[in-house]
Amino acid sequence: MAEKKFNPLPGFGLTMGYTLFYLSALVLIPVAALFLKAFQLSWHDFWRLTTDPRALAAYKLTFGASLLAALVNAIFGTLLAWILVRYEFWGKRFIDALVDFPFALPTAVAGLTLCSLFAGNGWLGRFLVPLGINGAYTRLAVIIALTFVGLPFVVRTLQPVLENLEQEVEEAAATLGASRWRTFFSILAPTLFPTVVTGFALAFARAVGEYGSIVFVSGNRIYETEIAPYLIVIRLDQYDYHGATAIAAVLMLISFAILISINWLESWASHFER
Amino acid sequence: MAGTIQSNLKARRTASRRGTEEPAFVKWTLITIGLAFALLFLLVPLVNVFYQALEKGVRFYLAALTEPDSWSAIRLTLIIAAISVPLNVVFGLAAAWAIAKFEFRGKAILITLIDLPFAVSPVVSGLVFVLLFGMQGYFGQWLDDHNIKIIFAVPGMVMATIFVTFPFVARELIPVMQATGSEQEQAALTLGASGWQTFWHVTLPSVKWGLLYGVILCNARAMGEFGAVSVVSGKIAGQTQTMPLRVEELYNSSKLSGGTAAFAVASLLALLALFTLGVKTWVEWKTRRNYELAQRAEANFQSQI
Repeated sequence: MAEKKFNPLPGFGLTMGYTLFYLSALVLIPVAALFLKAFQLSWHDFWRLTTDPRALAAYKLTFGASLLAALVNAIFGTLLAWILVRYEFWGKRFIDALVDFPFALPTAVAGLTLCSLFAGNGWLGRFLVPLGINGAYTRLAVIIALTFVGLPFVVRTLQPVLENLEQEVEEAAATLGASRWRTFFSILAPTLFPTVVTGFALAFARAVGEYGSIVFVSGNRIYETEIAPYLIVIRLDQYDYHGATAIAAVLMLISFAILISINWLESWASHFER
Repeated sequence: MAGTIQSNLKARRTASRRGTEEPAFVKWTLITIGLAFALLFLLVPLVNVFYQALEKGVRFYLAALTEPDSWSAIRLTLIIAAISVPLNVVFGLAAAWAIAKFEFRGKAILITLIDLPFAVSPVVSGLVFVLLFGMQGYFGQWLDDHNIKIIFAVPGMVMATIFVTFPFVARELIPVMQATGSEQEQAALTLGASGWQTFWHVTLPSVKWGLLYGVILCNARAMGEFGAVSVVSGKIAGQTQTMPLRVEELYNSSKLSGGTAAFAVASLLALLALFTLGVKTWVEWKTRRNYELAQRAEANFQSQI
């Protein structure tokens, strides 16, 4: 398998060289600059800048809302993937194509339209606000927007796995007298679970970094609806480069951690598929 | 021969599926909940954009788009995409060639690094360039001495856009190139084609649909990027404002008028998203059809032997 073969194709040096050059110039060096800048701070300053109450409130909202949004997506995304793969209904192909809409729509537009929908005079706010559900300029608004931007991930991760699932196994379970519920809980759920978790992690990663849509919907009130990326922008606008860098370094480290765990989750999930 | 086996298989499948199906009421409840969620979170926001944009009539809509600052935002968006997308396409092709056609150590790390911009918050993506080229950045003083402006100017916005849209083309191409293998290229080389000829006439045609979707997706993201561009742009109306930034300004300044002008500019971006989805659906349909045609041809070939 890992046997070294002579590869007659040309261009490895050229393409690899260019790839590394371009990657370094536009991604690695800029990212390194951030950490270099962060390392110039003393531990004391770094700790003070990253743990002041305003920053802590921002992390709490960013991660709490991202977690809830990813959870909503894990549940409804699984359901959506299931009906798109297993059932036939009118408009199915249209909905299937539309699932990628949040991925293709610029986040600023997403924020704009969600905000106007849930505001007091909007199509949805008109009915929800009198019920006390305020989906604009609140924490709920942040969760709604993050759910929107993360929606495609669970569905699109789960869909191919569901399509490739051997229905023979379910048939065997049915033949052996298992009820549909039993089949679902002892065969389908354990098989699909790692993939759902991968989709959940992808949606979570996307939500943690989200900025564009939140600026529009949250109202950006300090301690209340201010997310961590927005706080970075505020620090920059105040020319507080150290403050911006410190919070950005924290977010970046968490992004790394999520990226690595997604890679690990993907290999776990593909292990299960066999 | 092959045909009868296949139809037998099919008949068995449909007959036995009944044992593995949910009761009708469970099925329809699931469909109803799923559809309600999809309508609420996908269709309603989409329709709302166009409804709000056209609420005051077509004339107001066109006036909002052709107003000088909006018009210059549209132009700047097109310019930035026209620079950053081709650069990422060249990179994507090079990276996919190196990763898909060759074995080397550290491949997994390289792929993870290419994915890195996906995981970084757009705001942080913009910030890293401010730290490099801004007035207090590492090269800030030098750039200022030489009268070169990168931050709060178009070059910085291009760089931030490239960073954010970096993985798209490579990500689409790598699996496609891996799936096609390299036998065809080897055959072309054996027959005396040069490396470039092989690339143009063999590799490129076999990955064209994946490439097309990668380019369209990269373009949609480049034109719609908000966070990263907003950090490096300085948001000067008429000069460093792209369409998404223009949407923000119009929205902030027009709370009284209901933001119709903001929705007008936003509707162009929503159209771009719909176009992207259209291309995606078409490419998927095309590749599935090609695959089925190839399978049928192979089945015919097998049955003739």
